[in-house]
Amino acid sequence: MAEKHFVPKADREYTKADFTSDQMVKWCPGCGDHAILAALLNTFPKTNHKKENICMVSGIGCSSCIPYYVDTYGFHSIHGRACAIATGVKLANPALSVWVSMGDGDSMAIGGNHLIHAVRRNQDLNITIFNNEIYGLTKGQYSPTTKFGQVTKTSPYGTIDYPFNPGELVMGAQGTFYARALDCLPPLTTDIMTRAAKHDGTSVVEVLQNCMIFNDKAHAAITDRAVRDDRTIILEDGKPMIFGKEKNKGLRFNGRCLEAVTIGENGITIDDIMIHHEDTEDTGIHMMLARMSGDLPVALGVIRNVKKTSYTQLYEDQMEEQMAIGKYKCMDDLLNSGDTWEVE
Amino acid sequence: MNPASLKSNLKWAKKGATVIVDIDTFTDEALEKAGYNENNHPFTDEMERAYTIIKAPVTSFTQRIGNEQGADKKTADRCRNMFALGIIFYATHKKLDQTFAYLERKFAKKPDVVALNKAVLTEGYEYADKLEVMHSHIFEIAQADKMEKGRYRNITGNVATAWGLLAASEKSGRRLFLGSYPITPATDVMVELAKHKSLGARVFQAEDEIAGICSAIGASYAGALACTSTSGPGLSLKSEALGLAVMVELPLVVVDVQRGGPSTGLPTKTEQSDLNQALYGRNGEAPVVVMAASSSANCFYWAFNAAKVALEHMTPVILLTDGYLGNGSQLFRIPKMADMPEIKPRLATPNDPNYRPFRRDPVTFAREWALPGMEGLRHRVGGLEKCPDGPLSTDPENHALMVANRQEKVNRVANYIPDQEVIGDPDAELLVVGWGGTSGALTLAVEEMNKEGKKVAYTHFNYICPLPKNTGDILRKYKKIVVCELNNGQFAGYLRTQFPECPMTQYNKIMGLPFEVGELKAEFERLLAK
Repeated sequence: MAEKHFVPKADREYTKADFTSDQMVKWCPGCGDHAILAALLNTFPKTNHKKENICMVSGIGCSSCIPYYVDTYGFHSIHGRACAIATGVKLANPALSVWVSMGDGDSMAIGGNHLIHAVRRNQDLNITIFNNEIYGLTKGQYSPTTKFGQVTKTSPYGTIDYPFNPGELVMGAQGTFYARALDCLPPLTTDIMTRAAKHDGTSVVEVLQNCMIFNDKAHAAITDRAVRDDRTIILEDGKPMIFGKEKNKGLRFNGRCLEAVTIGENGITIDDIMIHHEDTEDTGIHMMLARMSGDLPVALGVIRNVKKTSYTQLYEDQMEEQMAIGKYKCMDDLLNSGDTWEVE
Repeated sequence: MNPASLKSNLKWAKKGATVIVDIDTFTDEALEKAGYNENNHPFTDEMERAYTIIKAPVTSFTQRIGNEQGADKKTADRCRNMFALGIIFYATHKKLDQTFAYLERKFAKKPDVVALNKAVLTEGYEYADKLEVMHSHIFEIAQADKMEKGRYRNITGNVATAWGLLAASEKSGRRLFLGSYPITPATDVMVELAKHKSLGARVFQAEDEIAGICSAIGASYAGALACTSTSGPGLSLKSEALGLAVMVELPLVVVDVQRGGPSTGLPTKTEQSDLNQALYGRNGEAPVVVMAASSSANCFYWAFNAAKVALEHMTPVILLTDGYLGNGSQLFRIPKMADMPEIKPRLATPNDPNYRPFRRDPVTFAREWALPGMEGLRHRVGGLEKCPDGPLSTDPENHALMVANRQEKVNRVANYIPDQEVIGDPDAELLVVGWGGTSGALTLAVEEMNKEGKKVAYTHFNYICPLPKNTGDILRKYKKIVVCELNNGQFAGYLRTQFPECPMTQYNKIMGLPFEVGELKAEFERLLAK
C-alpha cells in the first residue's frame, strides 16, 4: 500500500521561540543538556509538523526533564518506560509526532527491554539518548555505558561491568536509523535530529553529553578542541570517510578490520578511502563504524539510515484493510454472530 | 469416566449420584496407573451401594461403529464422548436433533465426521434404552421457564470481557486500545480483541507486562479507551505504572483474571487472592476503583461498566474476574447496543482559555481530558506531583490537597453506583457475604437453605472500591455475618477496617477450586446452630 505521512503539516512557519516553554530550566549551568535542548528547539521548526501534534515522552533522569522545557504536549513518565508509553501514544493516534528522550541508564539499564523492542518494531518514533556514561540525577553511580574500570560511587575499586555501545545495541535490534551527535556541536545535532524526524520508522540519536558534576570530561578524549578533529569523524552519505585537522586522514577496510590511514603516505590516495553508504542494509560496516574508538576516530553523524516499512505504516494498513473487508461493522453484528437462538 | 478420572473426581459426586464409566478402559494396566490395586478396587460393595454405576462399553461400541463406517481407530476414539452424551440424553429425556444440527454446522466440511458422530450419539441413546437401570433413573430437567425473552448465545468470561470493552468503545466514541502480554488465564481477552480490527480494536502485544500497561497509559494520554489485561503476577509487574496512571489521572481499565498465587502459583486454577493487591498494591496513597464480575456472561457488563467509570471519572479501574469465570461458558442474553447506557468521556474543549490540567468537575472531582493534537491545550503530565494549574509542586499543602482530591474522586464514584441488595430470608439470622466469581455457588446454597426454612440471607458485592453507600446499613442489621471467599480473608479484612462495629466470621477456601454448594451449606448450618 502507498506510504503515508500521518502527521499533519503546519499551516505556518515556526521558529525556535514557538517551542520555547515558560518553565525555568533547572539543569546545572554548563550541562550538556542545554545544548541538546537548543538543538531540539531548532529541529522542531524544521520538521514542519503542526505544533499541537508534537508529543514529547521521557522517562526519569536529568535528560527526562526536557518535556517541561519545550512548549509541546509532554509526558514525563517513570524510569525506563518512555519507549513503551510512546509506543501507545503513537498507536492510539498516528497523527502525532512522537519524541522520546532518555538517558543512558533510563534507556539501556532499567528500560533496555523497551528500547530494543521499540527499535525492532520500527514504529515511527524519534528517540534521543543523552549519553553521559553516568547516573547523574542520583549523583554518580556507574551506568551501562560507563567505561570499564571507571571509579564511581558504586564502583569504588573500578567497574567490572563491560559497557554497552548504544549503536551496536540498536543495530543488533535491527534498527533502521542510528546517528551519533555531540553536545558541543549543536548544528550537527540539529541536522541529525532533523534527518531523524524525517525517517519513517524508529530513529535513535545518541548524543554524547557531558555531566560536569558527576562525570566531567567523560568524552573529553574526543571532544577537546585540540584533538576533536583527529579523534572524531563526521560521516556523510556518499562521501569518502575523511577526517583530521588537515582533512588528510581517512578510513579504509584492510580485509580484516577498519584502519585509519593518511592520504599521501605509503602510497595512499583518496581512492583508497571508503565511501559512507548509510543505506547499506547489511549492518556489518555500520557496526564497525559505531564501534570505532582508541586508534580509530569516534564516528559521528548518521551512521545507518535504511528504508524498511514502519510498524506504524503496517499497522494502519492492516486496520484500514480490516475496516474495509471485516465481517462485523458494529457491535450488534458481533453480538449476534455465530450460534444464537431466540427464547420466546 | 476412565479409572484415573474416577479416582480423582468421585469425591465430588453426591451420594446417590449416577456415574457413567467406560468399562472398556478399566484394564489392569490403567487401574494400576490410576493408583488402584487389589486392596483398593474401584468398584467396592460400599461404592456400588452409594452410587448407581453404569458400566458402559463406550470404547468398544464406538470403535465398532467406526469400523462399520470405515473410520480409523483414532478418529473413532475421538467420538467416544458422543456415546456418553447419548446415555445422558436418554437419562434426561432430551431429543437428539439439536445436537445433530450442531454437528452438521460444526463439521459442515466433513460429512464423514458428522455421520460418525451422529451414529455414535444414537448408539449411546439406544444402549441406555436397553438398560433396565435407566428406567428408574430418569432425570427431569425442568424447562428454563424463568429465562427472560430474547436472543441468546453462549459466551466465555474472557470473550465477554473483550466484547464489553468493545461495546464501551462504540458507545463512548473512543478508540479501543489493548496493550497486553500473554498470561494464563487472561490471554483470551487479547486473543479475542486481536480479531476485531474491523471494529477499530487496536491491540498491541507488548514485550512484557510493564510495556503492556505503559503502552495503554500512553494510548490513554492520546485519547483512546485504553486497557490492559493480565493475571496476578502480571498485575504485580504493573504496580508502578498503575501508580503513574493514578498520578496522571487518565482513564485506564486493568482486567485481572485472577489465578492461584503467590508467584507463578497455580496458573490454571481459580482464586480470589489478588484483592489486596488490587486495593493496595502501589506506593504512596494511590486509590483506584476496583470492581468484580460475578458470572462469565456478566463479564460483558462489568467490563463495559469499568470502561464507563474510567472514562467518566478519569481514573484507573481494576476489573477482577478469575480463571473460573474467564474460561467458563454461560448463556448470554444478547443486548441491543441501543439499550446500553451512554458513556460521556470528559473531553476538554480545544482553545479553552480556562483549561488547567487538574481543574476538576465540582461534582465528580474528575479532571478534563485534553488530547495531544487539540489546539490551545498543550500541557504536561507525569509521575511528579503537580499543582491544580499543572506545573510541578513540592509545596506541602498542595501535596495534601492533591492526595485528598484523588481520594475524593474515587470516593465519589459511590454516588453513581446502585444500592447493594440482599436476597433470601428477610428475617435472616445469618448474612452471607460474597464478592466476584463465587456468586453462583453462594446464591444456590442460600436459596436451598431458604427452601429448607433456614434463616439465611445473601449479599453479593461487585463494587469493591468504593463500596455501595448502604453497605454499612446492611451489615449492621445482622447478628451473624460470614464472609466467604477463595482466599485467606482479604475482603473480610477490608470490610472490618471500614465497619469495625460489625462482627464477621469468614469462610475461606484456597485449593484453586470454586466453592461447592454442599460445603457452604454445612458451614452456614454450623453457624446458625452456634
